[in-house]
Amino acid sequence: MPSVFSEWLDRQSRHLFIMPAVIMILVFSIFPLIASAILALSRVRLRAGGYKVTFVGFANFKKQIFGSEQFHFLGTFGSISLLAWAFTIAVGALLIWWLLRYLRGPVWWLGLIGRLIAAAVLFGIAFMFAATLLSGTQIGTLGVTLFYVFVGCTAQFAIGLGLAVVCAQPIRGRTFFRVVFFLPLMITPIGIGYAFRMLADTTKGPFAPLWQMVGLGDYAWVTSPWAARFFIIVADSWQWIPFIFVVLLAALENVPRDMVEAGHVDGASHSQIFREITWPQIAPVAATVILIRVIEAFKLVDLPNIMTAGGPGIATESMTLHAFFAWRAPDLGQSAAISYLLLFVTVVLCVSFFNLVILKHRSAQG
Amino acid sequence: MKIVTKSVLTALFGAVALTGATAVAQAQKMYEGIEINLLTRPGPVIAGRLEERGKEFEAMTGAKINVASVPFADLFQKLLTDWATGTNSIDVGVFASGWAVELADGDLLADLSDFVANDPDLDLDDIAPYFREFNQKINGKTLLITIDGDFQMLYYRTDVLDELGLKPPKTWDEYLEVAAAAHGKDMNGDGVKDFGSCMFKKRNAQSFYAIMSIAAPFVQTQGTSQGIFFNIETMKPMVNNEAWAAALAFFKESGKYGPPEELNHDIGDTRALVTSGRCALMLDWGDIGPLSIDETTSKIKDLVGASILPGSTKVLDWESGKLVPCDAKRCPHAIDGVNHAPFAAFGGWSGAINAKADPKVIEAAYKFLSYMSQAAQSNYDVTQGWTGYNPYRISQFETIEPWVEAGFSRESAENYLGAIGDSLNSPNMASDMRIPGTQRYQGIILDRELARFLAGEVTAEQALENIEAGWEEITEEFGRDGQLSMYKSSLGITN
Repeated sequence: MPSVFSEWLDRQSRHLFIMPAVIMILVFSIFPLIASAILALSRVRLRAGGYKVTFVGFANFKKQIFGSEQFHFLGTFGSISLLAWAFTIAVGALLIWWLLRYLRGPVWWLGLIGRLIAAAVLFGIAFMFAATLLSGTQIGTLGVTLFYVFVGCTAQFAIGLGLAVVCAQPIRGRTFFRVVFFLPLMITPIGIGYAFRMLADTTKGPFAPLWQMVGLGDYAWVTSPWAARFFIIVADSWQWIPFIFVVLLAALENVPRDMVEAGHVDGASHSQIFREITWPQIAPVAATVILIRVIEAFKLVDLPNIMTAGGPGIATESMTLHAFFAWRAPDLGQSAAISYLLLFVTVVLCVSFFNLVILKHRSAQG
Repeated sequence: MKIVTKSVLTALFGAVALTGATAVAQAQKMYEGIEINLLTRPGPVIAGRLEERGKEFEAMTGAKINVASVPFADLFQKLLTDWATGTNSIDVGVFASGWAVELADGDLLADLSDFVANDPDLDLDDIAPYFREFNQKINGKTLLITIDGDFQMLYYRTDVLDELGLKPPKTWDEYLEVAAAAHGKDMNGDGVKDFGSCMFKKRNAQSFYAIMSIAAPFVQTQGTSQGIFFNIETMKPMVNNEAWAAALAFFKESGKYGPPEELNHDIGDTRALVTSGRCALMLDWGDIGPLSIDETTSKIKDLVGASILPGSTKVLDWESGKLVPCDAKRCPHAIDGVNHAPFAAFGGWSGAINAKADPKVIEAAYKFLSYMSQAAQSNYDVTQGWTGYNPYRISQFETIEPWVEAGFSRESAENYLGAIGDSLNSPNMASDMRIPGTQRYQGIILDRELARFLAGEVTAEQALENIEAGWEEITEEFGRDGQLSMYKSSLGITN
């Protein structure tokens, strides 16, 4: 006869089996999240015997968005150009149209709130770029981070997809290339940072004679904000293209061969086959890999730290690097506030992408 | 019976003798069983010598020295966190002496005053007055032991200047003239044009020490107790003025005669250029001297001269914020009409002990730091470039033989030590900042605005306004009265 305890154990078994994972998540994710939220709303000072934590409300956030650190986080706001106003109005109109289109159909209150938040954040980002970049002034760490994410991930996806398409063909040595293309992902980012810093050095390093031969011996990429940002994207892409490559390669190899062959038989070109047969098959995987890559890209810190220390000026400083510098000061409250701002932007953009692209595609497929 | 008695007595005496010998041995190793956990930056610089001397100390006393390291940028944070949170896994920190003020503010450092007073081996009078009084003491208590003396000097290629018929620059204006004349010459025979000036300007890599060295002679004229950072009555920042503007302008102008990548060069990159013979002028800590004689890496052995940092013939009027010409009253310490203010950048690597460590550990740790600092060890260590230790004892720059034995020519040694003596003996030596929040004042605000100015993101006026505003914000946050009291104390002002 089974005992009462063993019956109770059977009933609780599903909870007990997931308890270790839940405890891990609580200890290593949730509790630190709460602790850092407290820090973000506080000022931490060293005192005899320990730390003194003073609650300051949203003062740390206010400093970044409206206060003395605004230029560092959002950028330098000067007079806004006509082009900037036109861009801002266009984006605003587009977002209003998008919301109205949603309101014409079945409305779910949570979906409406989500879309309003997403629209507000997108409008804010658009205005920030308009008021800084399009008006000829400096962008801040938020703008730099978004540049790394969107430009970097777009380039990485395009190249990764191209390499996957090539390696999916029955070409000679493709197994060798698959291994070689995957290697950069296994190298530590610090190593990549130092390697690319050396490669780009026009006065010393292995490529210095080459730079001098082509007349760039006196050029320093680190003195130009956009050249410096570009080189960081190059280093980041070199590391992360393999990740996109390997995932998309697996997806391509799972596309049913008979559909592709049928397309060939019907006289379709390669681009038509890719557009009508291959891409719809791999789109869900592609969207997922983009989402994962974007989440990682938001956290970029080691490459700008090693290659440029955030310079020239603050031109290559990402938000995570910004938070790291503050933490090191040690200004723990500011560091936590910047981290939460990054979390907010990341969550809004990634959840929006997930809901509006991935889920929408899944529901369209039925 | 007699044999048995004899055997027993022999065994008994043997046991007593063995116990006595062991007792003697144990008495000599007074810290047997003590383990001291020490944290510093990664080696071989600084940490390497601590490890080696640690083994010697263990052989003498039995105390085991465990040297751990973290990246330089994380060192202060690690020590602060370990000691302030009560983790106390670290017994000794070897770090920049300027950081100690914030740790002392939290009562985290052991008071070493009594140890020092009863330690004749330390030979306190041999430690240069600046390091003895300003580096080791906070609020009158000895909380640190100096093992490295940090201040910056000017270095120049003697052969290059001789060829050009130029003398070492005495002012920052002359520095630019010499740099311009030397720029583009091949200084190491490899057929490639080299640089008139090499300065480390990378953000988050100590470039802010360079700008403070440059600004010091413009700002401070009345001696160490005047300071270069704040008004000692109001704690208002003394940065938004013509003196610092002149320093910024010089720093940017020097870039015309430097490597194209200079904005991304940290101290390691710059030293590599200097020792490979590619620079005519450079400012650095004392390391260049010993590094220049290392034949495995240096192409400039006995080709490097050193001098006190260049000064200025125009200095800051603290009331008006304008630069005015030097005169006897304004510049009482001027040499030939030039006001010099050698800057004690970084303060120097010094050892401090966790106040919460076991008393026996504190005692043993003090003995180790004293051992490191004593002339018998230190006078050799400072002659070896790889250790990262620079002179701070009077005997180190008054005694030439160890330097000649290390590889200097007599003439180079006299020149190098003469420059050190001129700097350390200067009554107008400028102190580095030693108040709570120094990392934020310098490492965040000053460093960032300097980088933005050099990158052309802001003008000099904007940079100085931003520094002033940023520093005021930190002062308000920490409490103006407390900061003023600490600042005055750091300058030796007791009233």
